[in-house]
Amino acid sequence: MSTDVALNETVVAAPAPAREATAPSVSSLPETVIRPRRGWLAIDLKELWAYRELLYFLTWRDIKVRYKQTVLGALWAIIQPTLNMVVFTLFFGRLAKMPSDGVPYPIFVYAGLLPWTYFSHAVTQAGDSLIGSQNLITKVYFPRPLIPMGAATAGLVDFVIALTVLGGLMAYYGFVPSIGLMLFPVLALLTYILAIGVGLWLSASNVKYRDIRYAIPFLIQLWMFCTPVIYPTTLLKKYAWIMALNPMGGLIEAFRACTLGHRPIPWSSLSISCIIVFAVFMGGLIYFRRTERYFADVI
Amino acid sequence: MSETVIRVENLSKQYRIGVKERYGCLRDSLVQGLTAPFRRLRRFGQKPSPDEMIWALKDVSLEVQQGEVVGIIGRNGAGKSTLLKVLSRITEPTEGEVRIRGRVASLLEVGTGFHPELTGRENIFLNGAILGMSRKEIECKFDDIVAFSEIEKLIDTPVKRYSSGMYVRLAFSVAAHLESEILLVDEVLAVGDAAFQKKCLGNMGEVAKGGRTVLFVSHNMGAVRGLCKRAIWLDNGQLRMDGIVADSIAAYLTASSFIDQGVNVEQMPRVTGGRDIRLTRLELLNGSAQPTRHFRYGDAMIMRFYFRVLNTGHRYFAIEWVISTLTGDRVLYASSSPQGAVLIKPTDSSGCIECRIPHLPLAVGTYRVNCLLSLPHQERIDEVEGAATFEVLTCDVCGTGFNVDHRLAFVTTCTHWSVFSGAKSLFDDHEDPFGP
Repeated sequence: MSTDVALNETVVAAPAPAREATAPSVSSLPETVIRPRRGWLAIDLKELWAYRELLYFLTWRDIKVRYKQTVLGALWAIIQPTLNMVVFTLFFGRLAKMPSDGVPYPIFVYAGLLPWTYFSHAVTQAGDSLIGSQNLITKVYFPRPLIPMGAATAGLVDFVIALTVLGGLMAYYGFVPSIGLMLFPVLALLTYILAIGVGLWLSASNVKYRDIRYAIPFLIQLWMFCTPVIYPTTLLKKYAWIMALNPMGGLIEAFRACTLGHRPIPWSSLSISCIIVFAVFMGGLIYFRRTERYFADVI
Repeated sequence: MSETVIRVENLSKQYRIGVKERYGCLRDSLVQGLTAPFRRLRRFGQKPSPDEMIWALKDVSLEVQQGEVVGIIGRNGAGKSTLLKVLSRITEPTEGEVRIRGRVASLLEVGTGFHPELTGRENIFLNGAILGMSRKEIECKFDDIVAFSEIEKLIDTPVKRYSSGMYVRLAFSVAAHLESEILLVDEVLAVGDAAFQKKCLGNMGEVAKGGRTVLFVSHNMGAVRGLCKRAIWLDNGQLRMDGIVADSIAAYLTASSFIDQGVNVEQMPRVTGGRDIRLTRLELLNGSAQPTRHFRYGDAMIMRFYFRVLNTGHRYFAIEWVISTLTGDRVLYASSSPQGAVLIKPTDSSGCIECRIPHLPLAVGTYRVNCLLSLPHQERIDEVEGAATFEVLTCDVCGTGFNVDHRLAFVTTCTHWSVFSGAKSLFDDHEDPFGP
């Protein structure tokens, strides 16, 4: 009460920015119809595309903010997978004598940790992203999938930074990049799409059921054990094909094969993973679309 | 040429309010938390019962022409914000349909999406993008935005170091530069200092002159009257009145002051707060401590604020009040602290604070009292509008039988008149002024 003071009718004309005084013809303007929608809805890709700049800004915000007021800054992107590598090498490589397809264990595990670290961070961030953007969701309209998408996109920066360590390890152990390395960006893109897909599912359910929030870290941990990050798929012997059903399994095997060139690229399991990645992504978009109508009401 | 740009037909919005759970001790909460899954599962798939649902909007129909500036008034919880939320596509209606022509920009809150860690410059881009501006558009207007906000010097400082006033100024500046055919504005002007508010209102006036359509929600009747020609009064989710601004405001205020007669302040809707310390009653008394609603100019008035402490988190608080007219103009203000140098430290679960106005300076008219319990300059603990209504019946300041009423001014004072030179007062000589 002490701050808002009476405003009388006498409004002083302020030095407002110049605007076109000419009113555009109304009938030429696009018409928006708002009415209750039911059932499953088509995905409005056109609208998503129209808002691509916002995706850029949301990503940019996440990147800018991520390492503000930290001493080590972006070094964290390297520290996490590197320390994981050291610990895993000690316990699984040295003590447990985990097989690693004939390549030194450190580089073996790092080639798996690199995509996995990105994926797990992106999914965690995306899963929490809608809840963390309550004020946006209840106060302004824009296509909601951009929020988890932005969270998953921001993680790519860490991924690229952590990539340098892989380069260093390859140089140290004398791995010569093969032609298979051309596949790397494609695999990264697939991982990104999968992270968005899973993020869409989790973030949308998280709005209504906060249980998801507690389930995510647990889920990620379980998923890691089901993924050949610290062990090779060959360990599973004749059941190795099951690993293809876990899209991250197929992707990580392919990541290793294309960077280290120790095995041929597993095309068959990769293609199964590919199909699953797109199924998860499309399913995520559709589910998100179906649930987003009540976000503002229940969040 | 006025064409319809917004057409709302039988719009309804239902919210689920859920079953009330009583607040209890930690043990109750734990037990409830553990049994909740079973209760949820049992109710799974069942339709919620009608008493769990509330109609925030019910059968609202209206049309807005291009270039119109329409005020939306009503009490808290009347559905004003819900209407804007549906129009801006934040939430879906339950029934009905809206057709809008043109780009809609909504300003339901100042600074949506501002990130405290980012600098002013970065936030302009982020906020602009969130409100629907393209990067090019923001770049073009960047200098205007900064100039309008008057914070050039701090543009590269993180906004978490801004004062709340600067924050609001920057946020509003971004919003003020939105280019859209339709602008939806919710009570965002209730923040910021008076000078900047005026500037913003002026800006909104300009917006309207530029042929844009504006829907404007406010509790500030002065602002609504100044900006809008037409006002819509929503009450309990229904459209009570849609007409010329003066008529709608008068109807709304009359109705709400009728409701306020002898109401239980404790049950009244809050502007803000009301959770920790709550005003339960506001009593108006005359100089001889008799409760009354009728006063004369120059009378003493005693206000008794009864409060109840719900939550002992606050060690002390201050009371501020504003006497405003039925049209929303604020006439008198006082505070127990810092102005009155009395900070109140509650010692019991309830209590009463008295404020005495020795000499009421108001002209003839009807007035409302708005109260705020606060930590001065920090927190609004409980804010109630129209906690009491009273009337000033006479305002015969000089004892001449002439009454100053609110058409002349809201406030007057005792004055002494004498001739300084070049004239003489007819009354002094006991001459008949109307004589030959």
